[in-house]
Amino acid sequence: MPSYALTVNGQRRTVDVPEDMPLLWVLRDVLDLKGTKFGCGAAFCGACTVHVGNTAIRSCSTPISKVNQPVTTIEGLSADGNHPLQVAWRDIDVPQCGYCQAGQLMTAAALLKTTPKPTDAQIATAMTGNVCRCGTYMRIREAIHAAAEGRRA
Amino acid sequence: MTTVKKPSEMDRRTFLQVTSVAGGGLMIALYTPELLAQRGGGPGNGPLPLPSSYITINPDNTFTIVAQNPETGQGIKTALPQLIADELDVDWSQVTIKQADYDATKYVSQTEGGSRAIPTHYTRMRQAGAGGRALMIAAAAQQWNVPAAELTTGSGMVRHAGSNRSATYASLAARAATLTPPAPADLRLKDPKEFKIIGKGLGGVENMAITTGKPIFSIDVSLPGMLSAVFEKCPVFGGTAVSANLDEIKKLPGIRHAFIVPAPAAGGRGGAPAGPASGVAIVADRWWQAQNARKSLKVVWDEGPVATQSSAGYAAQAQQLSAAKASQKPAGGGQSADVGDVDAAFASAAKVVEASYTIPLLSHAPLEPQNSTAHFKDGKLEIWSPSQIPSPAQVAGSAGIQAGDVLMHLVRAGGGFGRRLNSDYDIEVAKIARMVSDERVAAGMPTVPVKLLWTREDDIHHDQYRPGGFHYFKAGLDSDGKMVAFRDYVASTASVIPANEFPRGFVANFRVSSDAVTPFSVPTGAMRAPSTNGVSFVMQSFVDEVAIAAGKDPLQFRLDLLANPVAGAPAAGGGGFNAARARGVLEAVRDMSNWNRRASLPKGTAQGCAFQFAHAGYVAYVAEVSVGADKKLKINKAWAAVDVGRQIVNPSSATNLVQGGFIEAMSHLMAWEITIDKGRVMQNNFGQYQPARMMQVPPMIEVKFLQTDYDPTGLGEPALPPALPAITNAVFAATGVRIRNLPLVREGYSWST
Repeated sequence: MPSYALTVNGQRRTVDVPEDMPLLWVLRDVLDLKGTKFGCGAAFCGACTVHVGNTAIRSCSTPISKVNQPVTTIEGLSADGNHPLQVAWRDIDVPQCGYCQAGQLMTAAALLKTTPKPTDAQIATAMTGNVCRCGTYMRIREAIHAAAEGRRA
Repeated sequence: MTTVKKPSEMDRRTFLQVTSVAGGGLMIALYTPELLAQRGGGPGNGPLPLPSSYITINPDNTFTIVAQNPETGQGIKTALPQLIADELDVDWSQVTIKQADYDATKYVSQTEGGSRAIPTHYTRMRQAGAGGRALMIAAAAQQWNVPAAELTTGSGMVRHAGSNRSATYASLAARAATLTPPAPADLRLKDPKEFKIIGKGLGGVENMAITTGKPIFSIDVSLPGMLSAVFEKCPVFGGTAVSANLDEIKKLPGIRHAFIVPAPAAGGRGGAPAGPASGVAIVADRWWQAQNARKSLKVVWDEGPVATQSSAGYAAQAQQLSAAKASQKPAGGGQSADVGDVDAAFASAAKVVEASYTIPLLSHAPLEPQNSTAHFKDGKLEIWSPSQIPSPAQVAGSAGIQAGDVLMHLVRAGGGFGRRLNSDYDIEVAKIARMVSDERVAAGMPTVPVKLLWTREDDIHHDQYRPGGFHYFKAGLDSDGKMVAFRDYVASTASVIPANEFPRGFVANFRVSSDAVTPFSVPTGAMRAPSTNGVSFVMQSFVDEVAIAAGKDPLQFRLDLLANPVAGAPAAGGGGFNAARARGVLEAVRDMSNWNRRASLPKGTAQGCAFQFAHAGYVAYVAEVSVGADKKLKINKAWAAVDVGRQIVNPSSATNLVQGGFIEAMSHLMAWEITIDKGRVMQNNFGQYQPARMMQVPPMIEVKFLQTDYDPTGLGEPALPPALPAITNAVFAATGVRIRNLPLVREGYSWST
């Protein structure tokens, strides 16, 4: 079985897994990082979103062999859970079931890296690949604005 | 635990018990008539059942409060403890929440369904908290030898202003444990004006864990030595596995077990099979290995008789039924209504309106795919269940043991929506875990826990679907535009029959009847707002059509109907429909939305309205939409007026639930449809079953809670149903095109982007 060295949340890790094993399952079941979620397995829902480099990608559809930049998951978004988006998510009480929110946060974090003050339209474009089955979209949008503006609710 | 103080008021309906805990703390429990009944009669007949210990007063004066119900996103893990904490009179910051295991000897109604948690537990939880507070006051009164009436509480302290003394609850716990707890009937519950925690929009208690990716969901359960399973079922409902290339599968990487689960014998609850559907289980070191092995799996299925059924066949039969029977009087029995003389009223009506509506089968599609984890060992099963109706009896039946040999933990689930009212994943994992352990024991190996995880495709293919419906409506108007007769004939595919729905009780002649499309073998079940999630669309749309035919303002038309109940006619709604409350939400939403100024909206933009009584709540929506020439639909704004009684326990999560209900309705409306061909589901994943997305969500869904003087009721369900007809009625107002069939993609619509 091939061996892959990768950086996850700043830590160097080596995994012995098949080349076609999706990054999602390497994270969840090999590295025991359960924050990244399985929703559809086909890049339709965004629950599995992580950063590879600075880009938000769907880890369910990304084979481990294609991962060639450092990986950041929800567990590594901030050291103490206080990334401005995480704070805004809690201030605004975004979650209902909460299952999609790790993916939503990771997509939003990638958006703010390239677009620090996004408009509603930019948020909609960036976030529309992330399904929230409970329908918390309005609060997600509000929380992204709040984080971008450094505002506490 | 050291001492148990028996309650004194044995004859009261509900009573409290206190128990001291190691380290000087105190546990406060609540007994209920249901729990007493379980042990066969009143107190004194044998040992007391274990108390439902809602509150633990810790030595550091923090408070552990038990959340007893399953949490799937409805916010109950926050709301029920809010009720306890406020009456206990502690600060929310002093509270930590502990999820209860399932335990029918300790807790009543540990279920999520029907928006019942708030009406069931609103007073009960407050009593538990108030009992704790009363004990603390009694202990302080005794310690300081002062009248209890001179004592006040707050922030987990008792204070005596006269002597300027104060004591923490923790310091009073040992003394409190020696006191007789008050009977709930003697408790003084707070006046709502005194609430500090109830009615506050507190964030969900697991928001920190959710936003930092902590493993709190059912899918995250991880146990030493655990194996992971997939379960391939026949794509045709009711089909069974005959044989499979199991030897080949077992040679694949990481595969530890592979076996056929035979079709169960009958004899389970309600005549249901005592076990999972037939299929093939593949159990591996890691889930992805098991899932990967499915690519190599070859199963010979006996597809059974359902393989001849199709959606097209159901629709054709519905047409035939309606042509033959829609105009006939109902034969009686079952769900039907026949009030007044509908036939005579149609014959003499000045105007008759007829229309047929269809709604599709729907899959629930919670975002967390179905899963459950179980360990079968030494004849006992330990299970981590995400079910909305946890049932040790069901999993015991599947594992071939007694319910008493099941230990069931409740785990947060990524969405419910009614999907997890059915515990098929629990039933499957119980059987698979048993078979795995039996194989291992026979081979001299230790037993291990097994996590079963479905794929998204498994979930869409094997749901208990929201039933569709074929509705054939007819209404009669007199020369003044007053509705004098209303009929709905339903060609039923396990459909909801709206025999008690509005306008029943508000039109002199009202008939609802149905006949069954047969055979119809698609498994169906409850989905969020089960009685009205589809019926609201068909009824509130057709009422809108009648209003337009009468030349009336459709919102005022509804108000006029509601203001004029028909003498002697059974009222709508079955469970206590209150026309004044329905009018209240309609009037409120009319004013919120500037409904009476809607004529000034630009061409192609319009408002629609609808209301619904569902699960004891009243909700009215106005939606404002724009429709382009290319059938591109945009929702500009929506307004919701909601009446679920005098107290909203948590306004933050309540608003979130209403807005989420509207957005879920957008999914139903535009794209959601399950179709059947050759006895199987044609949709596979979200690509063919698109939920509403950020791009489509309106800038604002304004929510107003009326807070009328009625007991608080639940909110998970009522917020959804009337959103659909409010939007489609707005589409009619904007375009003159009436939407009678869902989903809209079938009619060429799409969301504007």
